[in-house]
Amino acid sequence: MALDINTKKAKKNAYRISKERGIGASRIRVPGGYLKAEVLGMVQEISEKYGNGVVHLTTRQGFEIEGIRLEDMDEINEKLQPIIEALEINQSDPNTGYPSSGTRNVTACIGNNVCPFANYNTSEFAKRMEKAIFPNDLHFKVAFTGCPNDCGKVRMHDFGIIGMTMPQYDPSRCVSCEACIKGCKGLSVNALRMENYKVVRDTEKCIGCGVCITKCPTRAWTRSKKKYYKLTIMGRTGKKNPRLGEDFLIWADEDNIVKIVLNTYRFVKEYINPKAPGGKEHIGYIIDRVGFEEFKKWALDGVELLPETIVKECVYWSGIHFDR
Amino acid sequence: MGYAMTRENMNTVFASMSDAYDIFAPKVFEGEGCFSDQDSIRYGKVSSLDEIESERKSEYSFKEVLLAVQENLFYFTEDQVTVPKITDKGILIFLRSCDLAAVKRLDQIYLNNGPEDFYYKRLREKAKFILMGCQESCSSGFCVSMGTNQADNYDLYLKWDGNHVFADCRDEALAGYFAGAQEKGLAETAEVKPDYVTENREKVTLPKNLSADTFKNPIWEEYGSRCIGCGRCNFVCPTCTCFTMQDIYYQENAKMGERRRVWASCQVDGYTDMAGGHAFRKSQGERMRFKVMHKIYDFEKRFGYPMCVGCGRCDDVCPEYISYANCVNRLAKEEQ
Repeated sequence: MALDINTKKAKKNAYRISKERGIGASRIRVPGGYLKAEVLGMVQEISEKYGNGVVHLTTRQGFEIEGIRLEDMDEINEKLQPIIEALEINQSDPNTGYPSSGTRNVTACIGNNVCPFANYNTSEFAKRMEKAIFPNDLHFKVAFTGCPNDCGKVRMHDFGIIGMTMPQYDPSRCVSCEACIKGCKGLSVNALRMENYKVVRDTEKCIGCGVCITKCPTRAWTRSKKKYYKLTIMGRTGKKNPRLGEDFLIWADEDNIVKIVLNTYRFVKEYINPKAPGGKEHIGYIIDRVGFEEFKKWALDGVELLPETIVKECVYWSGIHFDR
Repeated sequence: MGYAMTRENMNTVFASMSDAYDIFAPKVFEGEGCFSDQDSIRYGKVSSLDEIESERKSEYSFKEVLLAVQENLFYFTEDQVTVPKITDKGILIFLRSCDLAAVKRLDQIYLNNGPEDFYYKRLREKAKFILMGCQESCSSGFCVSMGTNQADNYDLYLKWDGNHVFADCRDEALAGYFAGAQEKGLAETAEVKPDYVTENREKVTLPKNLSADTFKNPIWEEYGSRCIGCGRCNFVCPTCTCFTMQDIYYQENAKMGERRRVWASCQVDGYTDMAGGHAFRKSQGERMRFKVMHKIYDFEKRFGYPMCVGCGRCDDVCPEYISYANCVNRLAKEEQ
């Protein structure tokens, strides 16, 4: 009997329709790239029973179980349930697999669970964001990275969140060893200089990376109690105009970033091209069409920023244009 | 004289002591560690037992209470020099036996090594020491090897365990507080002896026959290739006493200013710089050699006992995982 499958529904259900007739792949999202090792065993089990025994580690920190037969989707959805529960994925109907796939897995670098450079727990924040925005059919890509090194390549995302700390200086603990100055110059943006044997931080230049703090041997430099973030927007890959995300907010806070991303869903619903192929249109293209000012109006609706948050009045993107 | 009392009553005694003394103890400075979401444990002013970190070792030692990271020696105008005043209060310092042994080393350098140091002396005279015992050895300390695991030259020994506090007071001035508490029925006499460890996980053997050949030992080059010259080992050390001078001319009026002394490190660039650009120890290997030899040889040759007290802080803090303790053991092993 010929296969009769609603491919649109299958794709929303996080299955890939592969190039081989009748064969697909099951895509497992892992918010923040953070999972208990026991989940690996569950993935293995599905792969060996329903797939071809091979799992691809996706570019968005998920698993793609290859070689599954599309007619097994319902059975596989039941097998996915413990994984969905272990990873605390929002879902209203158990045993039906993933409720959508448009909003992609929220990714994160390893963050301050492990990395000495990271300024916050990237996985925690990624999981909070996932909880706030998933499931949703709109094509959103959000990524978190612990520091301005941007190992998470968040500037290639619609929303990139980069960890910052506001360096606190206690001159009475400073021994003028210049480790911070050398660190900032060698590894960061050269925002520190010595004046009268004490360190002066150029607040315009400082990107809040925290290198001065990790280099300081006496705790003259410490981290701010508050955690800060840079929010970069509308980076992307793609056929038309790949571009790096640009800074929108600097020294922003966690709550407002979640609010802004949620506001952007409303903005996209209002302005998305109704004829967009597969209901997918990069947010950046929508902003190109309706203007940054309009986006900003929607994004900052009901947002009360911290006094220290810098908002870019206007944002311009460059990148490569293959579409002109 | 030994006493037993409740934690609450001890905190009452503490409060009355606070009128006459500034009390310093290891404290947790939340989120102030080197890396994100890590705490720093170092010395700060406390007003109750509850503020004291009694389990974990402080990353930085007590020495900054007597020897500030930065000390203003005097302020000057065109025709006047003013020495800053210090507190009228006494100083109480909580510390462990290894650190109490370090006080002897600080005194050696600042009081019994030529002219007395005015700034150290005026604080030192105010200081009394409250010993915190060790029921278990810390992981990196080697106090037993250095003979600093036990101390009896404390002014007060305090042990607190849940709601029970035990004290052994040897200082006359402090004894008054406990006698007063006893009169009010807040404390009763008890037999109290300090806890101390008799074995460490880390054991160090000091080399006995170091000679000029040690100078050429290839291990210094190896350490030199690993060390990044950050100076943390010196800054956390309770026995490192080096400082450097800084004269500041105020930017708004260059005829006024101040002279400061700040901690210096023999591992950090600039330590031996001289006029004309000459420097004695240019490579990190030479600096490591200088430090280790000073701790276990040069100081002893001059004063009759080693400088190092075996607290293990330098090994805890080194970002390059260089173990001073292991270095000393390697030197000792080569002699065999």
